[in-house]
Formats: sequence, C-alpha cells, structure tokens
Amino acid sequence: MLDGRSQVKRRIGARLWLSGGWLALLVLLAIFAPFLAPKDPLAQDLFTSRLPPFWEKGAEAGYWLGSDSLGRDVLSRIIYGSRVALSVALVAGLLTCLIGSALGLIAGYFRGWADLLISRLIDIWMAFPPVLFSILLIAVLGTGLESIIIAIVVIDWTRFARVVRAEAMTQGAMDYVDSARVAGSTRLRTMLTEILPNVLPTIGALLTLEMGIAVIVEAILSFVNLSLSTDYPTWGGMIAEGRISVHQAWWVLVFPLVALFLTVLSFSQLGEGLKDRFDPVLR
Amino acid sequence: MTKSYLSIRDLNASIHRGPPLLRGVSLDVAQGEVRCLVGESGAGKSMIGKAVLGILPRAVVVTGGEIWLDGENLLAMPPAKRRKTIGAKAAMIPQDPLTALNPSHRVGPQITDRLVDILGWTRADADARAVELLGEVHIPEAERVLKMYPHELSGGMRQRILIASAFAAEPKLIIADEPTTALDVTVQKQILRLIAEMQRRHGTALLFVTHDLGVVSKVGNHLTVLFAGKVVEDASMREFFASPVHPYSRSLLAATPKYTDPTGSLNPVPQAVIDETMAEVAAYDREHGHG
Repeated sequence: MLDGRSQVKRRIGARLWLSGGWLALLVLLAIFAPFLAPKDPLAQDLFTSRLPPFWEKGAEAGYWLGSDSLGRDVLSRIIYGSRVALSVALVAGLLTCLIGSALGLIAGYFRGWADLLISRLIDIWMAFPPVLFSILLIAVLGTGLESIIIAIVVIDWTRFARVVRAEAMTQGAMDYVDSARVAGSTRLRTMLTEILPNVLPTIGALLTLEMGIAVIVEAILSFVNLSLSTDYPTWGGMIAEGRISVHQAWWVLVFPLVALFLTVLSFSQLGEGLKDRFDPVLR
Repeated sequence: MTKSYLSIRDLNASIHRGPPLLRGVSLDVAQGEVRCLVGESGAGKSMIGKAVLGILPRAVVVTGGEIWLDGENLLAMPPAKRRKTIGAKAAMIPQDPLTALNPSHRVGPQITDRLVDILGWTRADADARAVELLGEVHIPEAERVLKMYPHELSGGMRQRILIASAFAAEPKLIIADEPTTALDVTVQKQILRLIAEMQRRHGTALLFVTHDLGVVSKVGNHLTVLFAGKVVEDASMREFFASPVHPYSRSLLAATPKYTDPTGSLNPVPQAVIDETMAEVAAYDREHGHG
C-alpha cells in the first residue's frame, strides 16, 4: 500500500556542506568586516607595497595574503569586497527572481494574451547582447551599486521567466489543477496554491544560480571600471589592478579570483544540492 | 423517471476555428442514477464531462446548447457564479490518480482546504470529515495517511483518496472520467466496487465515462453511446444489453471479448457499420451547416 521510495532518507551531502559552509563564512566576513579585517582596506603605505603572502620569503607579519602595489592589505580588501559581492548577489538575485518568476508564472498558467505579450517581450529582450546592454544601462544610470543591481535585474529577468513559464505550463496540464478548478478555486488561487509550490524548487535552484551570476556580473563591471569608485575594494576591481602587476605580485590577482570562483561555484552547488534534497520529484 | 439532476440539451462544441467535437449531444442523469457514457477514443466522452465541469481545454469552445445542473443553466451564468455552482454541486473523479493529487501538499489538506477556504467549513469539521471519508473508502489509519504526501502512497490508495475527496462536500453529481483506466486490473475491480458503493450510500447522480463495456454492465443504470461526438444510442442498461438499437452499438457489443468463450475470435466493428455511422454524422453536419 505504501510506496517504498518514500522510505529513502536523503542525506545532506558533502556538496551542500561545503558550499553552504563557504557562503556562511562569507556572510560572517561581510557582516563583521570591521572587526575581522586585520588592516584598513583603504590605507596605502608605499613602504609595504607588494609584500608576498605569509609563506613566502619577504613576507611581513599582519599581511597574511600580501599587499598590492599601493601597499594595501589583500586579505582585508577581499573581506571588504565580500560586502559588495554579497549585497549584489542578494538584492539583484532576489529582485530578478521575483520579477522574472511572477511574469513566467502568469504567462505559463494564464496563457492567452498575457503569455503572448510576455513571451514576445522575452524574445525581444534576449536578442540584445547582454554585456553591451549592461554597459549601456550603466552609462545611462551612472555608476554605483544601485545601477549595477538595476542592470542585472533588467537583463536577467528573462532567465527566470522562460524556465518558470515552461514549468508552469507543464504543471498547469496536470489533473490536480482541474480538480482545484472544479472545486471552485479561482484562477489566481489555483496559480498560487497549486502551481507555485511545484515550481518553487526550480525557482530556488535558479535563484542560487542567479546569485552566482550577479557576483560575476558585478566583478566584470568592476573590472571594466563601471562599478563603484576604484578606491572601494571590490573583487572585480582587485582583479583588474592585479592583472597589471601579475608578473611582480601574482597574489594581488589570484586571491580575489579564488574568492570569486569559490563563491560562484558555491552558489550553483548550493542550488543543486537544495533541489536534490527538497524537490518532490518522487511523484 | 425521476427528475434529472444534470440535463444536457443539444450541446455543440468545436475546436476553435476547427472541426466540431460534440454534435448536438443531449443526455440526462437523474438523482441517484448512474449513467455510463461510452465511445471510442476521441468520440468526445471526456469533453462532455469537462464541458459540464467548466474545465474544457482552452482550444475547445462550446458553440451552442444548454447544460442544466439542478435546474440552472450553467452556460447562461456569469463565470464566477458558474464556478461557485459547480464547486457546490458537482465533483469529479479524475482519470489518472498519479497526477490528480498535488505532489507538494499533504493528502489531508488537499481534501480539507477546499472545504474550509471555498465552502466556508470550520477547520475542525473539515478534518473530522476527512477522517470519516477515509474510513468510508476503506483506508485504515486515516490520521496517519492524511499526513502523508501523495508520493508515499500507491496508485490504488491515491484513487481511493480522490474518491473520498470527490464525495467530501456531498455533491449531488459526480463525473468519473475513466477512473480505472490508469490502474492495475486487480485494483480496477476494487475501485469500481468502491465507486458503486459510495454512489449508493450518498445517492449521488453519477456520470461514468468509460470505453470499457465490461465495466459498464457492472455499474450503470443507463447508457449513452457516443460516436464522433454524436449520441447514437440512449438506453437503459437492460434494454441495451438485451437488444441494442443502433447498428454501431450492436457491433460494439459484439466486439467485447467474452470470458465464457476465451478461444472465440474477436469481432471488430465492421467497416460498413463505421461508414454508415459516419454518413449519419455527415448528414447531421450538413443539416446544421458545419463543413
């Protein structure tokens, strides 16, 4: 009478532990940056420029990951840089998710003219080259954190809308939707109580992916100097500066790159792991 | 005959800007009566049920006719009122129990939420009702099962729950759309018996859609045979099995394999009969100005 598949325990895998652990660490670093950063990330000191990380010869105490060509502490700058990276990931990711998913859900479940309108909009949107589009947007909006967030939302909502629309269409064809309608449920109620819960695992996976993408986009825009002022530490900005002196001081380039890489990877792995764990695929 | 609870009059439906699907269908289901609706795949059996319940696919439009439910014409109502009327007076037992329960919700709320949110029951009443209903459909340990997710239950169990759910608000009409097709043969029989038992206990009018004449003989009082969206025979069960009137119904009956003669050859419906019936349909179309 009972289905044996339900007895299978789903464990929290190493993937979920590692990615979640790194992101949790990052959140702590971002929140408590003023207490955790060993040095002032903006303080320049030309006497201590291009110090190597602690295990190399010539390293100086306190500069764990070395210093850049202006003598600023790399570790402190990475810690402060995580603030920008995470706030962009969180705010841009959530906003993109909210707008894109809502439009996708409406298009996929209500169909008809709403779908026609939204689908054409998506088609047109996706014909723009995204990098050019974002640079254009920043040029119009001016640089700054808000502009970056707006640019990401404006460009990336289609990513959610497309996938959620397709998923909502599949769910909309299921018998349980008909049952709900027969019982007297309005279309809006049906969408929110019947369709949405089944699309949620997909939305969650996309959200974490989008957070990773947001981090990358912010880094790219910093790299081409369209993000915050160059003074404020961002990972993209650090990578751009490190690139110039990579032959004399590789650490200025490599450490922010590693932080960026781990963060983006963790976001995508977290999404996959959570989907594995919570998706009611055992239908 | 007692008063009809559901009365369909001259119902026409077609694919949007396409060919007709239902051609002047009329049928009645009286209170407490079981009417079987049989026909081949694509004859429009399910469409009739969906038209009554207001869940026709987007591409299908009703082009004429009336659907009377408890003395009110559903097709003449504004959509919101129709929704309410159907919700209060009718329910369905779906074809596929595997997709008819929402995988994201526990079983209990899927029965009770509608009673609470739409029909205004109290939570306690609804919960008690769910337990009572699960008992009626012979599910033991109701409290435990109500807390489970659909994927934890077998197909037969899920169909029992859907039957319970259909009877939850004491609807006067239930439309069962091939409720046994997706199940194992062994489970089919139990479910069939259960539906008949529930129908008798609650005195519900039941429209039973099926393509299986073997099933029909077990559950129905009356029978409607549909061919290409047109009613070709409307008879009481006894009349039908004794002496079907329409040549198509006669061949259909002859085509049903018999347990008593397992080695006997199968008798498909002869092409001549199909052609003849098609000609009738074409004549109807000409008369009513379709393509």
